Amino acid sequence: MTPSDTSGRGRAPALLMRDIDKAFDGHPALTGAGFRLEYGHVHALVGENGAGKSTIMNVATAVYAADAGEVIVDGYGTALRTPAEALSAGLGMVHQHFRLVGRFTVAENVALALGGAGQPCSLSEAARRVREKAAELDFRLDPHARVERLSIAEQQRAEVLRVLLLGARILILDEPTAVLTAAEARALLALVRRLADEGRAVALVTHKLHEVAGYCDRVTIMRQGRTVLAAAEVAGADLNDFARLAVGELPDTPRPAPVTPGAPLLEIENLSVRRGDGSAAVEGLSLSLRAGEILGIAGVGGNGQPELVDCLSGLSPAVAGTVRLAGQEATRAPVRRRRRAGLAVIPADRSDSALIGGLPLAQNLALTGVWRGAFGPFWWLNKARMRRAAETAITERDIRGGGVATPAGLLSGGNAQKLLLARELGPGARVIVAHSPSRGLDLRATRAVHDALRQAVREGAACLLISEDLEEIMTLSNRIAVMNHGRLSAPMPVAEASAQALGALMAGHA
Amino acid sequence: MSGFLLSWAATVPDYAAPLLIAALGLVICEKAGVLNLAPEGVMAVGAMTGALVVMGGQGPWTGLAVGALAGMALSLCFGLAVVVFRADQTLTGLATVAAGLGLSGLFGRDAVQKPFTGLPRFGETGWGADLPRLLGQQNAVIVLALVLMVAVGLWLGRSRAGLRLRAVGEDPAAADVAGVNVQRVQLLAIAASGLLGGLAGAYLSVVSAQVWVEGMIAGRGWIVVALVIFAGWRPGMVLVGALLFGGAEALMPRLQAVGVAFPVYIGAMLPYALTLVVFVVAMLRQRGADVAPAALGRVFLRQDRH
Repeated sequence: MTPSDTSGRGRAPALLMRDIDKAFDGHPALTGAGFRLEYGHVHALVGENGAGKSTIMNVATAVYAADAGEVIVDGYGTALRTPAEALSAGLGMVHQHFRLVGRFTVAENVALALGGAGQPCSLSEAARRVREKAAELDFRLDPHARVERLSIAEQQRAEVLRVLLLGARILILDEPTAVLTAAEARALLALVRRLADEGRAVALVTHKLHEVAGYCDRVTIMRQGRTVLAAAEVAGADLNDFARLAVGELPDTPRPAPVTPGAPLLEIENLSVRRGDGSAAVEGLSLSLRAGEILGIAGVGGNGQPELVDCLSGLSPAVAGTVRLAGQEATRAPVRRRRRAGLAVIPADRSDSALIGGLPLAQNLALTGVWRGAFGPFWWLNKARMRRAAETAITERDIRGGGVATPAGLLSGGNAQKLLLARELGPGARVIVAHSPSRGLDLRATRAVHDALRQAVREGAACLLISEDLEEIMTLSNRIAVMNHGRLSAPMPVAEASAQALGALMAGHA
Repeated sequence: MSGFLLSWAATVPDYAAPLLIAALGLVICEKAGVLNLAPEGVMAVGAMTGALVVMGGQGPWTGLAVGALAGMALSLCFGLAVVVFRADQTLTGLATVAAGLGLSGLFGRDAVQKPFTGLPRFGETGWGADLPRLLGQQNAVIVLALVLMVAVGLWLGRSRAGLRLRAVGEDPAAADVAGVNVQRVQLLAIAASGLLGGLAGAYLSVVSAQVWVEGMIAGRGWIVVALVIFAGWRPGMVLVGALLFGGAEALMPRLQAVGVAFPVYIGAMLPYALTLVVFVVAMLRQRGADVAPAALGRVFLRQDRH
């Protein structure tokens, strides 16, 4: 179907959702939510993590079945039972995790998908269509490239292209720019704008308000499973109003009180770490971190930050140099001894290396305390104590979306991070290594993370904050250093640090 | 020395062919995402059935065909359990091996150690008497195996059906959304692997040994499982692996023939020791690069409708 068939404004809305209820295991995710999308519009769906944006879009494409409410496509209230039926009704969704077979080429993926739509398609035919569509949309995509070898942005383009080739007139993109660089994001948003101008309807799930202002016609805002602003005009509106609606009431950021640092808790001298392939990741890195301070390490990703974190956690060996933790030599200490010395780690990838998705919340929380004997002797685990500890943590840290027995994997990003903070920032934490602790979190959750780190440091811990987010570094750190090609610049007090100076150091010409 | 090498080289294909055939079947099955440990049992049933049919007065081709069908029948039992009833693939595979060995022992009880005339080698046929030794030692099934290898390679890599089968093994959810009937594809793949596994077993009794002895598969089914991993699920590499293992197996009888004193147990151990060595080397070479079908061994459950 060509886009021109579908332009025609003033017709029935492309997608109309009314009074949608949806609960998972008794926890409501959507309550009376609604959404109305017109052809020719880019319609932003804004809200924080866990506001129900992805859930309502998954209801639209029949990935989830709603508990109540109606979904009307093109004015017809036909029940869509599967994503495949939704697709044949013209509803295509680009998920955060692409539905492409990584081992296949782009053309093979397209051939596979088209085959299912009842139009058997040879590989050369698929490759031709990919090339044509890509040319039509002004981007380059080699149909014979293996998907797993493509960059994330290219994979995303391939996914958009596949959904379009399947005949989608209503396109839903779930936080498409979260994984892209700024330039890639601009290119994608321009593409999205163009698809809408050609007559398609586009729903853009996002929590970046500048994307709303720059590229969208309408905006719907959700908070805690409800639609708080429905299909408002973007033109002429005040972004700050949108932000307030999305976040609700937010207290002001407390300014950090000036600190007098105490005894050095983490001393690193001339540390060198290699990557798995033998190349140098960290070279001759030295620093000293004292109780009561946060030392921020800024830098572009891939300059040795993950290797430094792994080495400090005891997961990978140092090839040279020394590490002292709370006064004890710990260069070659196993993980357990480091933890006993008071090391707490918040790795960048919480679902991969910090939490165990299949285990209940209470057990995840007990993970590091168990062999300290916090939950009974080595031959007997006190489950009641675990549960109580978890209940306390849930109330104290305001963890939502589950109880003590909920698998940690079901928590949203922000709540998972709060769970991790509850575990790592207990009373025993003296040296906190936090790597991008607010990555992927919304405003409210980010603030909770920052407050927790400040609180821990006020209580006498020391924090090494490694982040690519300069703003995070600037708001939290007492001193700031920059990591570039495995080397660390001399730390400077935050008062002397400017974004320009740090930027120059990060780019490596200062 | 050259005489020794020649006589060794002439017998290698005979040892390699059953490994090649069974391994090709296994590649089809595992490319569809089904972890299949059953070849040892499937081959045993194929060998026993093929031998019984030929001893019953049928021709060797009938024996091979019925042996293949018997292997397919056993394999489908495995398929029924793992695809339809979603049983654990590892455990069911092991149980299928035990069942296959048991069944072949039970039904083949009266046929043990009774030689019969099976499929002739090219050199034993009227038209092939003048062939050089290297060719005269071969037979029609060996040619068939090579044709099969090319066919399986092309079918998996180039055909639409092959694409859909690989999609099932890589990402069953994506295949499902694309309208592929995941369970049917997996059942067909398991049937194909049973057919070829049974054929490989029947080859051992009807063509190679021309006698049926209980336990004559002697671990070849396991070598096939290892071979497929070593070959990285690529039909071309399966041939290389089959020649390697077949060559090691063929070495022992040749050494004995020329009178090299060699403990027979060490010799019999050779193919299996080689399996270990080859594996370590292959894994080091691949450096952990993951070549297995991404969804191998994972039971596919269509996402429950929340």
